[in-house]
This record gives sequence, C-alpha cells and structure tokens, in this order.
Amino acid sequence: MAVTQTVPSAPHEPAVNLEASGRVARRQRLSRASRYVLLGTALLGVSALVVLGIDTVMNGWGRVTPEFFTNYPSRFADQAGLRSSIIGSVWVLSLTMALVVPIGLGTAIWIEEFAPQNAVLGIIKINLANLAGVPSIIYGVLGLAIFVRFLSFGPSILAGALTLFLMILPMTIIAAQEAIRQVPDSIRQGSLALGASQWQTVWGHVLPGAMPGMITGVILAMARAAGETAALVMIGAFAFIAYDNTSIMDNFTVIPVQIYNWTTRPQEGFRADAAAGIIVLMVIVLTFNIGAAVLRERFRRH
Amino acid sequence: MPDVRTPAPQVTPRPTGRVSVPAGIERVMEDRKANEYTPPEPAALTVRDLDFYYGSRRALAGIDLQFPEKMITALIGPSGCGKSTLLRCLNRMNDLIEGSRVDGEIEYHGLNLYDRGVDPVEVRRRIGMVFQKPNPFPKSIYDNVIFGARVNGFRGNADELVERSLRQAALWDEVKDDLKKSGLALSGGQQQRLCIARALAVEPEIILMDEPCSALDPIATLKIEELMRELAEHYTIIIVTHNMQQAARVSDYTAFLLAGEAGSGEVIEYGPTEEIFANPRDKRTEDYITGRFG
Ligand SMILES: Nc1ncnc2c1ncn2[C@@H]1O[C@H](COP(=O)(O)OP(=O)(O)OP(=O)(O)O)[C@@H](O)[C@H]1O
Ligand SMILES: [Mg+2]
Repeated sequence: MAVTQTVPSAPHEPAVNLEASGRVARRQRLSRASRYVLLGTALLGVSALVVLGIDTVMNGWGRVTPEFFTNYPSRFADQAGLRSSIIGSVWVLSLTMALVVPIGLGTAIWIEEFAPQNAVLGIIKINLANLAGVPSIIYGVLGLAIFVRFLSFGPSILAGALTLFLMILPMTIIAAQEAIRQVPDSIRQGSLALGASQWQTVWGHVLPGAMPGMITGVILAMARAAGETAALVMIGAFAFIAYDNTSIMDNFTVIPVQIYNWTTRPQEGFRADAAAGIIVLMVIVLTFNIGAAVLRERFRRH
Repeated sequence: MPDVRTPAPQVTPRPTGRVSVPAGIERVMEDRKANEYTPPEPAALTVRDLDFYYGSRRALAGIDLQFPEKMITALIGPSGCGKSTLLRCLNRMNDLIEGSRVDGEIEYHGLNLYDRGVDPVEVRRRIGMVFQKPNPFPKSIYDNVIFGARVNGFRGNADELVERSLRQAALWDEVKDDLKKSGLALSGGQQQRLCIARALAVEPEIILMDEPCSALDPIATLKIEELMRELAEHYTIIIVTHNMQQAARVSDYTAFLLAGEAGSGEVIEYGPTEEIFANPRDKRTEDYITGRFG
C-alpha cells in the first residue's frame, strides 16, 4: 500500500490538532454536564434519606435502652417496649424461612433443571415475575381469606408466616432461578457425561455453584418479610400482646406492626417509642443486607 | 499429511443417496461404495441406519458405521455436517436436547443403545466424553477426578484411583504436589488432560472426544495426541477433529461426513486412515482433505 508522506516541515508544529473542537467539544461539554446533573439527583435522594435517618435517631435514640427490649407494650409510653414484638418477629420469620427455603429453592431447581420446557412452564415463569410485583396488601387480603378465615388459623403466627411466605415466595424463586442459570451448561454436560444422574449433577455441581446467589436471594427476601407491616395488619396481627409467644397458634405482633401501632397513638411519648423501634428495625434489616453482601463476596472469591 | 498421493482413482459417479437397488444387483457390483466399509476388528459400536432430528430438521441421515475396538476412529467433515451430533448420539448426550429424536440403532455389546429399557446414565458411564472446551468442575483437581467414580458408586481406594487416572492422562507429574488446587487454576492443556483423567476414572470402555485440542496450542495438542495413542491400547476412541494432520497422525480409521442437499449429514467415505488420505475413493473426500472444499 502506498503511504503518502506528510512530514511536517517544522518539527515543533504537530501535524494534527488533538484538542476538542467543533462537534466533539460540544459532545464533551454535554457529557461533563450530565455527570453533574446525575450527581445532583443522586445527592437529592441520599440527602433525603440522611435527613430522615438523623431525625429518627434524634427522636428515638434516648428510648433505645435495655428495658426497651425487655418490656412488653404498655399504656405508658416510657414503659413500652419491643419484647413481645421481637419474640413475635422471631417466631414468624423463622417459620417463614422454614417454609420459603425448601419450597422456594425447590421450585426454582425444578423449574430450571427438571421441568419440561413447554408453554405451561412459560406461563408459570411470567406469572412468577408478576407475582413478585404484587403489592403486599394483596397478600394480606389473600392471607386473611385463606389462612385466617377459611382454614380458621385466626390471626396467628401460623397465618402470619404463611402470608409472608406467599409474599416472598416469588422473589425467592426468581432470585434462585437467576443463580441457577449462572451455572454454565458445560458443567452440567461434563457431569452427565461421566454417568452422573440428573439429581447427582444438580446436587454435586449446580447447587454448590448457585448457592451464593440463592442464599443472597433468601436473605433479601427475609429482610423484606422482616419489615412487612401492611400484610400482617391486614390479617389482624394488631393485638396488644403482653406475653411471650409459645405456640404457632398464638396471636402475635411483630416489630414493624408495633411501630405502626405506636405511630397511631396521640401521645408524644409514643412517637419516641416509634422512632426507637425504627432504629432497631433498621439495624436488623441492614444486618440482613450486609450479611447477604458479605456472603456473596465470600463465595465469589472461592 | 501425505504429500505424495496416487491420483484419485477413476470411479464412475455413483448415486450416494439412499437409492433402492435390488439386493441381488448390489451384491454383484465389485467395487464397494466408498462409505461401505467394515473394519476387520470387532466392533465396539455399530451404528445402523441412524437418522437424527433436531425438531423437524434432520441433522443426520442414514448413518452406517462400525467403530472398531481399541482403535482410534476420526470423524472429519466441514462445519455443520453433524460430527458433534453423531458423537453425542453415541453416548446419548443428545437426549438432553429438547425436541430431538433418533431413528435407527446403535449396537453396543449386542444391545441397542436406544432400546426402551436402556438407561442413558448407564450408557454414559461406559461411553465417556471429552468436550471441545475444557470444562473442569470448579473444584479441586482431586475432586474433579473422583467425582465421576463416586457417583457411580466407587468404594475403593480413592487416592489410588486419582493417581492412576492422572498418570494415565499424563498430568500426574505436573499436579501431584497440589491436588487441592482448583481445576480452573490449570492451563488450558492441563485442564483438558484433567477432563480426560476425569473420564478415565470412571473406567469407561469407549471415549468420545469432540475436537479436544481445538482450544490448545501445538505443544499441548501433541501431548494429547500422544496420550490418545497410549489410551488406544485399552480404550476405543472416537474423535471429531477439524485438523486433517491430526486425523492423519492419530487415527486408525477415518469417516468423512458431509451435509447433503437437505442439510442432513451423511457418511461419504469410511476406511483405514491411510487409505482415506492417500487414496480417497470419493471426489468430495479428496476435495475436503486437500483443502479444496468451501
Ligand atoms: N442443539 C441444536 N438444536 C438444533 N440444531 C442443532 C443443534 N446442534 C446442532 N444443530 C444443527 O445440526 C447441524 C449439525 O451440527 P453439529 O454441531 O453436529 O455440526 P459439526 O459437524 O459438529 O460442526 P462443527 O464442526 O462446526 O462443530 C448444524 O446444522 C447445526 O446447526
Ligand atoms: Mg462440532
């Protein structure tokens, strides 16, 4: 190929000008400007959260005392505590998790690894995505109709856990499906070609590979269940509980419902209780989320 | 590749499709068809009139092949002619593909692999497979090797089996100091030998290899080829390759496949490797192995 030589006569004068000009300069200005606009919107959102957080901490920090954790709710704001709602939360969430882990993960494994890939399955998959977006209050209505009334469980821990289980089941399944799909097909093929059965392949390779994603999904779903109020209020978990739960048929309350309860009181003191409750709940949910992130990182490194 | 080749024999063009010739007449024809060949050794696998469909699309049509025991048979042919498909039929890996269908039979020790009562898991235990891209499990070298044996109920001395398999795959010396290392931390060539070791640990009878060297450099390729020659003392090996030199260097028998008009792969020529390369009977075989093919 012939190369036309364009050697500049003066060695100090470069042949090309690489400074932005014309259209390029305009595009670059726009690009720089957009960065600041986006930073601004991000700051707006974050600062609103920070202000809310500070306000809550200022209002409630004084009430976060040891007694706040050991006292039952009370008519007197300065004696009210989270004891029964913490115990209720532990009961409900444990039961919810005991249901969602086997059923949610099992369903995801079945859909991804065993189900015949046909139209029916396609419809199920689409519906799962839709169900994950349904507002929680709808699950409350469902729980009220089925578990509380039809199955006569009453506003019990069992009914509450079943309702929360239904609520977080779709998102758990979807997260687990996502994790299972991350396991490359070549691994499955390699395993099957060695004479492993499908179940041995799933157990030996797919599950270990998908585990971090599945655990993360479960934890995030549980964080959502831990903060859920509307669905539980709907099924009637709004009672004044001044005892420790001992059975899944007990009436119960949970931390977010207790907080909601306090915010409905006219007395000033209960506002501080609500703020203190929010601090506790935020710490719990944050712990869940950090736990999920740490686990994910830990697994990723291996 | 042999450079000195006798000129292609003058053969009258024969119809290659499935033309119904009265049995008597066919037997009278002196010259056998290029794709009709029966190796003298006993067959490890015999493919009879095999058709394979992906949905309604026929990918293989009327395949007839005998793979002789403890020999290396190469499957060659242009991309898309169905080599991998045929290979996957041989250990029923195609069962995993939704909507696929097999017609015809593959005989193994007097049994048809596609008979109703045959379990694909049993088949794959006896007929192992090494893939084009090395696919070690994200586990230790040790666990990679032992997995297949374990799932098949191996109860013996695991350490011994791991060492023997890795030695057979010519990998032992390179990894013996750190069997706990992840299989993914090996080089591509080492990974492929790990995959071979993993397949050997199950003690299969037949090993299928789908372009096992295509992701490897020439040195690693040579190592695997040497290894294949050694393994052929005990195992029947069927290998798909795009590399003519490799087929010529390593295989005893070669089958040349080509997709026909309808896009279904057919066997064009089959025979001892030297004959196929030195003296192809079919013009299309010659064109392909000399690189005159599209
Ligand atoms: N899973 C599949 N579903 C549908 N069609 C397929 C599938 N796999 C392969 N095919 C088609 O079947 C034909 C044969 O494919 P195959 O992979 O067996 O060819 P090949 O000879 O191995 O080619 P290559 O040399 O490129 O690997 C091709 O036309 C391909 O498009
Ligand atoms: Mg192929």
